Amino acid sequence: MQLLEHKPVVINVGLEGFADELDSQDVTVVHLDWRPPAGGDAELADLLSRLGS
Amino acid sequence: MNPIDEANHEALQIMLKADPVLIDVVSAEQAIPALREGKKILHAGPPITWKRMCGPMQGAVMGIAVFEGWANDLDDAAQRAANGEYEFHPNHHFDAVGPMTGMTTRSQPLMVVENRTHGNRAFCAINEGLGKVMRFGGNDESVLARLAWLRDVLGPLMGKALRSGDGVALKNLVARGLTMGDEMHQRNVACSGLLLRALSPSLARASTDTAVLADALAFMGGNDQFFLNVAMACGKSMMDPVRNIEHCCVVTAMSRNGTDFGIRVSGTGDQWFTAPVEMPEGLYFPGFSEADANPDMGDSTIVETIGLGGFAMGAAPAVAGFVGAGAASEAALFTRSMREITCGENPEWTIPSMDYTGVPTGIDIRLVVETGLPPTINTGIAHREPGIGQVGAGVVKAPMRCFTDALRAFAQLEGVA
Repeated sequence: MQLLEHKPVVINVGLEGFADELDSQDVTVVHLDWRPPAGGDAELADLLSRLGS
Repeated sequence: MNPIDEANHEALQIMLKADPVLIDVVSAEQAIPALREGKKILHAGPPITWKRMCGPMQGAVMGIAVFEGWANDLDDAAQRAANGEYEFHPNHHFDAVGPMTGMTTRSQPLMVVENRTHGNRAFCAINEGLGKVMRFGGNDESVLARLAWLRDVLGPLMGKALRSGDGVALKNLVARGLTMGDEMHQRNVACSGLLLRALSPSLARASTDTAVLADALAFMGGNDQFFLNVAMACGKSMMDPVRNIEHCCVVTAMSRNGTDFGIRVSGTGDQWFTAPVEMPEGLYFPGFSEADANPDMGDSTIVETIGLGGFAMGAAPAVAGFVGAGAASEAALFTRSMREITCGENPEWTIPSMDYTGVPTGIDIRLVVETGLPPTINTGIAHREPGIGQVGAGVVKAPMRCFTDALRAFAQLEGVA
């Protein structure tokens, strides 16, 4: 209910375009520059995990 | 701490404890005895054949072959190169580095940097200055005459001057250069001046001819990039002791030959991981454009390997503009992003405008692959045709494939692939 009664405060993770869109509508937004490990490559992500990264 | 993190920490400590000192200038065959046998031509980057060399690299080979008396003229040199008369090897295989084309042959004078902590030495030729020079593929009479002057006059004079003292300690000199706006790849104004200041008295004492001395001082003082080659030998001397540490995935060399980009990683020994080299993005001198540019080239990326160059962009806002990397205020962003792919920082090489943050040091291939952030390199841009020279300066990214291939090989060695 609070979401409807108050302006949201948003943490955006990943795609910066979402944050830009909210910002343009005067919504308070903090953008976290995040991307999946190894660009989402499952094989490399698995190797990284095994190598303690 | 897992064995890999422990090994990487050891690598970082070796880098931080290095004590590189410029101690001498000697002929290449004295520095590298293997050059006495056969017609060996050392070049920048990972191994490459004559056929696959880019225009400037072939142009430099032709020029240096004439310089060494191994060919009657440039055409003859090209024919002999194509016939397999010359042996081509990377500088890195002989404790050496060279900027751009990176030609190293037996009679050239090489600066000697000794890492006094570890006792190893590294070598690099003397910087030729800007304009038409062999490192950009220049090979006409003016280029060869300058090389002869370096061999017969400046090299011996610098060697005599350096041997008369205890050498020039480079760690502190680089630290001062960082506080004066150098990043040691595309800006060496401060360090070139500091080196000249350190060497001038002993050069004067070593010289018996004031005209020769004046020429030497004018040459060194008139070349803002004179220190680049010293920084490169410094970097090589710091990184070689990091080679072959078991479980270590720190990058020990990054280098390009104008065709391939190659990296070496401590734990995988002296194996090169290569990928097609990329085109720099940057600014061009008047009259030139991207259509004139040769792909990225040179061993000078050894300075990024030790945390300078693109990694220290925050220290040199002027460079960000010069290489077309954005506003001066954005320079720190490059340094911050490179910190995401390194094991640590160098507390002795700090950047005043970033609250004395140490330069990012020790590239961990795991972090490069995980973040997708390739090392940022500041570089000069050579004309794609031999003999013309530098046409611009820019920023280039190391190809990610070098790092993913290295990661797979490293994982196999670690028994987790």
